[in-house]
Amino acid sequence: MASTEEIRSGLADIVNEVAGIPADEVQLDKSFTDDLDVDSLSMVEVVVAAEEQFGVKIPDDEVKNLKTVGDAVAFIETNQAA
Amino acid sequence: MTASITTAEGARHTRILGMGSYRPSRVVPNSEIVDAIQSTEEWIRTRSGIIERRFAEDHETVQMMSVESSRKALAHADIDPAQIDCIVVATVSHLMQTPAVATLIADELGSTPAAAFDISAACAGFCHGVSLASDMVRGGSAKYVLAIGVERLSDITDPTDRGTAFIFADGAGAAVIGPSEVEGIGPVVWGADGSKYDFIRQQQSWADVLKMEKPSMPHLRMDGNPVFRWASFEMAKIASEALDRAGVTVDDLDVFVPHQANMRIIDAMARTLKLPDRVVIARDVAYQGNTSAASIPLAADALLRSGEAKSGDLALFIAFGAGLAYAAQVVTLP
Repeated sequence: MASTEEIRSGLADIVNEVAGIPADEVQLDKSFTDDLDVDSLSMVEVVVAAEEQFGVKIPDDEVKNLKTVGDAVAFIETNQAA
Repeated sequence: MTASITTAEGARHTRILGMGSYRPSRVVPNSEIVDAIQSTEEWIRTRSGIIERRFAEDHETVQMMSVESSRKALAHADIDPAQIDCIVVATVSHLMQTPAVATLIADELGSTPAAAFDISAACAGFCHGVSLASDMVRGGSAKYVLAIGVERLSDITDPTDRGTAFIFADGAGAAVIGPSEVEGIGPVVWGADGSKYDFIRQQQSWADVLKMEKPSMPHLRMDGNPVFRWASFEMAKIASEALDRAGVTVDDLDVFVPHQANMRIIDAMARTLKLPDRVVIARDVAYQGNTSAASIPLAADALLRSGEAKSGDLALFIAFGAGLAYAAQVVTLP
């Protein structure tokens, strides 16, 4: 099981690869759209890469609830543990 | 006594003998689209990679654009229209439900009495047409077949819909398919998933339109994000499968011609497929928009005319759209 920090760090690398945002800016309190400028299509790419890396399923309906990096990390943490 | 039925005999191998396309005359830049959807040119460009698109004028009908692109394809193939045994037209925007527009196209070209019919496989239509055409030639039902992809999506697009207004456009493309000494059309990988029927659809059925107080054109609607996910990732798997079935790898490939839906999908697919840098990727969507069934022949023809692709190049076609339907095949470019 990956820890909160491992998930955040893994997610940061994904956001960096998909959207070119420096990984150290991808912190738990940051909003994907407002702070990191990740648009909804890039968000889909981030989600697909995260599913693969962390072995979770993130349904389309859930994606819109993942407003901040912290939301995404919490979702992954809960669902990988389930 | 029982008479025996003769078995039709076709060609062992098939290929695309010629391609042609037609781009409508009116260029529509993003600046013409933005007001009705309260958006910006920048938003359209970053969302879709589309800089401009073409909309058909009144005289550029589905039939007219099909005939023009077919004449170019026939000339490229050096085949006389009278030699065509069948015409398959992939379209969802011919606003006359019956008879098939293919019959009028055949007649105008001088191909009558060739078999002529339309197919409905939305954006995947052209690759369906190529597959049917190839199988007809192999099966002995026809020697030369014309496969056409044609749309006037501007007729069925809501200019105020933020999800589609900046995407859809008009145009036509055609390919002549016939027998070959060596294999030029690989096995098709195709399918459909009706559980995702609602992702891209005509807004209301014609029956429901007639029940409306003020009947109006039922426009196309699309759920962008789920479609993006399906197209970018699920379709990359289908593309890989088409390469496998043809017995080739990405390293053998010269050209990648995906359906020109959105530059972001094209980029995501290319990344997922890990295409080598030397593979030419069709990016016609920037100047042509998404022309559904017409997008692959328009894009492939543009690469051939510009010299970016050449005759004999190995190309991967993959088309996907409403249905959700998809089809992919490896072909040798004419």
